[in-house]
Amino acid sequence: MTQDEARAREVVEAVYRSDSRRVLATLIRLLGDFDLAEEAMHEAFATAVLRWPSDGVPDNPRAWLVSAGRFKAIDGIRRRARFDASLHRLVEQFDREEAGPSAGDDDTVEDDQLRLIFTCCHPALPPEGQIALTLREVCGLTTEEIARAFLAPAPTVAQRIVRAKSKIRDARIPYQIPARAELSDRLDAVLRVVYLVFNEGYSASAGASVTRHDLSAEAIRLGRLVVELLPEPEAIGLLALMLLHESRRDTRSSPEGDLVLLADQDRSRWDRARIAEGSALVQRALASRRFGPYTLQAAIAAVHAEAPAAEDTDWGQIVGLYEVLLRIEPSPVVELNRAAAVAMRDGPAAGLALVDAILARGDLGQYYLAHSARADLCRRLGQTDEARAAYRRALALTRQEPERRFLERRLRELGGERVSRG
Amino acid sequence: MRYLCLIYDDESTVSAMPPGASDAFMQEYFSFTDAIRKSGHYLGGEALQPVSTATTVRVRNGRTATTDGPFAETKEQLGGFYLIEARDLNDAIQVAARIPSARMGSVEVRPIMEFDRP
Repeated sequence: MTQDEARAREVVEAVYRSDSRRVLATLIRLLGDFDLAEEAMHEAFATAVLRWPSDGVPDNPRAWLVSAGRFKAIDGIRRRARFDASLHRLVEQFDREEAGPSAGDDDTVEDDQLRLIFTCCHPALPPEGQIALTLREVCGLTTEEIARAFLAPAPTVAQRIVRAKSKIRDARIPYQIPARAELSDRLDAVLRVVYLVFNEGYSASAGASVTRHDLSAEAIRLGRLVVELLPEPEAIGLLALMLLHESRRDTRSSPEGDLVLLADQDRSRWDRARIAEGSALVQRALASRRFGPYTLQAAIAAVHAEAPAAEDTDWGQIVGLYEVLLRIEPSPVVELNRAAAVAMRDGPAAGLALVDAILARGDLGQYYLAHSARADLCRRLGQTDEARAAYRRALALTRQEPERRFLERRLRELGGERVSRG
Repeated sequence: MRYLCLIYDDESTVSAMPPGASDAFMQEYFSFTDAIRKSGHYLGGEALQPVSTATTVRVRNGRTATTDGPFAETKEQLGGFYLIEARDLNDAIQVAARIPSARMGSVEVRPIMEFDRP
């Protein structure tokens, strides 16, 4: 390989990293098919590796790749159309569309990325299909990477992607940005996917490790892209929420992998840059006056993040934010969080009364955090037997290793009988 | 592209409506049907008699087995359908969301399979 070839190859690789998703998004629009577009994109990059060393790198590499990919795909279909009459119509359609929107136009490219995101997160697709397809097509993760991140077998993930693509084709899910009237519902679906990916990375649903960093980083990257393309208040709020959670990542567990509660975390190790960015985004979203649950949760996280020490936390403000959150999205889990904040503001007895009222309704009987919250309040009130019973109940309801170890430690600290592991 | 919108309702809720309410509900259906005729979505549609009138037929080993009742007992019953022409699934979803029963029951939207027959 000559020096020029080596340099051109480096450029191709750099363009692949920075622009392959955009090229793909535009090719899907032009070709109307995910698989065809993916194949075309790979052929376009393969052609670039061959041609750029001798021809030089084009002025607009992205536009070059789109038109090379489109040409390759149509050429392939033309050849196949000789044997397959059903492809004739497609070829005619491509010929008619020859003078479509230019591929290099920045607005069109941004729109294509949004089209791709909204299509991958279409509510007519099953949630696990939305997640797998988004990570595959929008983020460019391989099927194996997605499988590893979700602790799922690769063939399962591959099948979710295939099924999602088939439904897009067969039910004709359009490649478009939703109309104004639908935008808010549809954006909710996109944000839900982003948040699910983040949470999967932040608190693994099973297994030994509390965090799986790559997925959270991917979700933040995706959140940034959505904000950049569509700066709606809740998209901004979600990005803020993820950044604020992420700022504490390194202090959430001890080197031994044990859970460290917010109050016990080493605040000097919180990521100040992320907190500053997250807090600024919260302000921006709140100022819009069109904010929703993500923004409010981010605002709560920001109050915690801005307290120099746990005892400086402004619990009054946190209780107030939970009350607003409860009004717009009533849920027993939010009620439980509010009860915990009330306990911090007004003392454990006030909090315990609220937690007991929630549990008495039967809503959170199977939710381990409700029992561990109750246990903690009883412990602070010196009701050791009650506390022990509630920790045991919590322990019976969680499978996550670090959380089990945390509850077992608390039980041991209460003294009394030995803890049996089951 | 053609889609079939299958309308599922809880028959007991619909039959328990007071006369005024059920007249208004029917009127909503008539105006909805007029609206999708005008917009060019309408290809066909019917309301069905209650599931108590349903008969299920199976042929096994050449013998016809006839049973009383619907294919499956469900909380909501198939009560009618519209066959519509829509640009894509989003367009079909918008039409389905305007079917009066969508507010109480559910509407299943299914694309029609097209066969290339010589």
